[in-house]
Amino acid sequence: MTAIKTGWRRGLIELRQSFTNPGELFSHFLWPVLMLVALFFLRDRSFGSTGFALGALALPSILGMNAAMGMVSMSQQLTADREDGTLLRAKAIPNGMVGYLVSKVVSVAGGLLADLAILLIPGLLIIGGLAVDRPGAWLTLLWVLLLGLLATLPIGAILGSVFTSARSQGLMQLPVLGLIAISGIFYPVTALPTWLEWIAQLTPIYWLGLGMRSALLPGEAVAVEIGESWRHLETIGVLGVWAVLGLLLEPVVLRRMARRESGSTVAGRREKALQRLG
Amino acid sequence: MLEVDGLRMRYGATDVLHDVTLRAHRGEVLALLGPNGAGKTTTIEILEGFRLRSAGRVRVLGVDPADGDERWRARLGVVLQSWRDHGKWRVGELLAHLGEYYVPYSTAERQRPWDADELIAAVGLTEHAGQKIKTLSGGQRRRLDVAIGIVGRPEVLFLDEPTVGFDPAARYEFHALVQRLAADEGTTVLLTTHDLAEAGKLADRIMVLTAGRIVAAGTEAELTRQIAGQDEVRWTIDGRQFTESTGESTAFVRGLFNQYGESVAGLEVRRATLEDTYLTLVRESEVAR
Repeated sequence: MTAIKTGWRRGLIELRQSFTNPGELFSHFLWPVLMLVALFFLRDRSFGSTGFALGALALPSILGMNAAMGMVSMSQQLTADREDGTLLRAKAIPNGMVGYLVSKVVSVAGGLLADLAILLIPGLLIIGGLAVDRPGAWLTLLWVLLLGLLATLPIGAILGSVFTSARSQGLMQLPVLGLIAISGIFYPVTALPTWLEWIAQLTPIYWLGLGMRSALLPGEAVAVEIGESWRHLETIGVLGVWAVLGLLLEPVVLRRMARRESGSTVAGRREKALQRLG
Repeated sequence: MLEVDGLRMRYGATDVLHDVTLRAHRGEVLALLGPNGAGKTTTIEILEGFRLRSAGRVRVLGVDPADGDERWRARLGVVLQSWRDHGKWRVGELLAHLGEYYVPYSTAERQRPWDADELIAAVGLTEHAGQKIKTLSGGQRRRLDVAIGIVGRPEVLFLDEPTVGFDPAARYEFHALVQRLAADEGTTVLLTTHDLAEAGKLADRIMVLTAGRIVAAGTEAELTRQIAGQDEVRWTIDGRQFTESTGESTAFVRGLFNQYGESVAGLEVRRATLEDTYLTLVRESEVAR
């Protein structure tokens, strides 16, 4: 119990750190600002002959994508913490691993929420045509987001345990970018070939985007979706399966990874990293 | 506190530890002395529960480290060889945070954790308490590592090469801190070092580990006697220089006078030091390998 509380406080400290140092502050704002610029230029375009504003379609999708990116930052942070010995430190302290994991969830999820707000609030001012004046919109946003985090953060932790260095983390970025490209974030997925449509629908990214659109877009916009439906049940189903898989696998993978951590493994990785620099 | 019998560690076909046996009681400071690659870190990692042994019996605070739980972990302090974590944290903030994990393990005789400010003062970092950890110098960082290692007021403390990169003043203060921990807190300390002077100064007992074997053990004085290094005797007769190495220098010199009487001049007897002893031991084991 103490460890959970301590982990929670640790998460808040990390969150504060990430919003008080210039480097990280820059990265918190860089993407949202770029996205907002893109949205600004898209604001008068519409999607095909449907008459829906492309910008209005894109904003919720981008929110969904950003939420899914929590997976990537979770994984990167875990790898980085393994490399510099933070994880080993947690292991050397009673209940330190529990506290560590709680803190990661708090800091990654908290950072994500802040990033979403940075994008959403100005976005609402730039883009017209969003249906946000009903409470249902915010309720849907909330459950999609929560379920999305449950689906993506454990997977991120697993990936972070599998990749041993920041370098191999870089390799993971490519397939993720590919998945984003086909996930209906920037252009409705119905414009893609059917087989790509199917791949997209296996990922949490697509469903997070769809869920966000269902929350923020007016009802008529459903016309551009697959089957002309928001498919809430399917969203819960797919994200739920990812969440269950992740939560079942995570303790096993993490325990395995943590067991192997020792002073010499951290020192070994450090030497390798130094060799690459030298 | 520490009981190790017949500890072995094997990676693939090579044994890195053969039959290591050691004991330490409450408040004792034990130094594991040896050259790099002798197996010091492997030994200490097995005792910390970070590495699984191949064979042998190990008990730390009466518990096998392979199945030590969190309650057991709360009674240990661990300072590893190199740490560069938590760079964004401030010194005081991190110590206060890590201390929180020990609160449930506080007992009447051992109040856990150590108060962060007191602890920072004890390791001489008061001026740097508000500083970000990545801006600390190597020696300051190391002192912080030690502070983190003892924040839970451990009953057993493992220190892996704790003073690498210390200047003489920092080293002196560190030695005083370890001695205080052992004497006032009854903390049992196992430290590794390749610095003989440090082992001699800090430790109640020294175990010399070379190539995965304990080749000698005892107090500084015992070690010197046990594997008596050879004394060196130098003298001249009629202007000619002679040198002889012998374990029995007194008897040798008497013999010398009996034989040559007053023609012996410039007599010098240099006694073996622990340093000679240690170097001899390391050299012998390297030849054996």
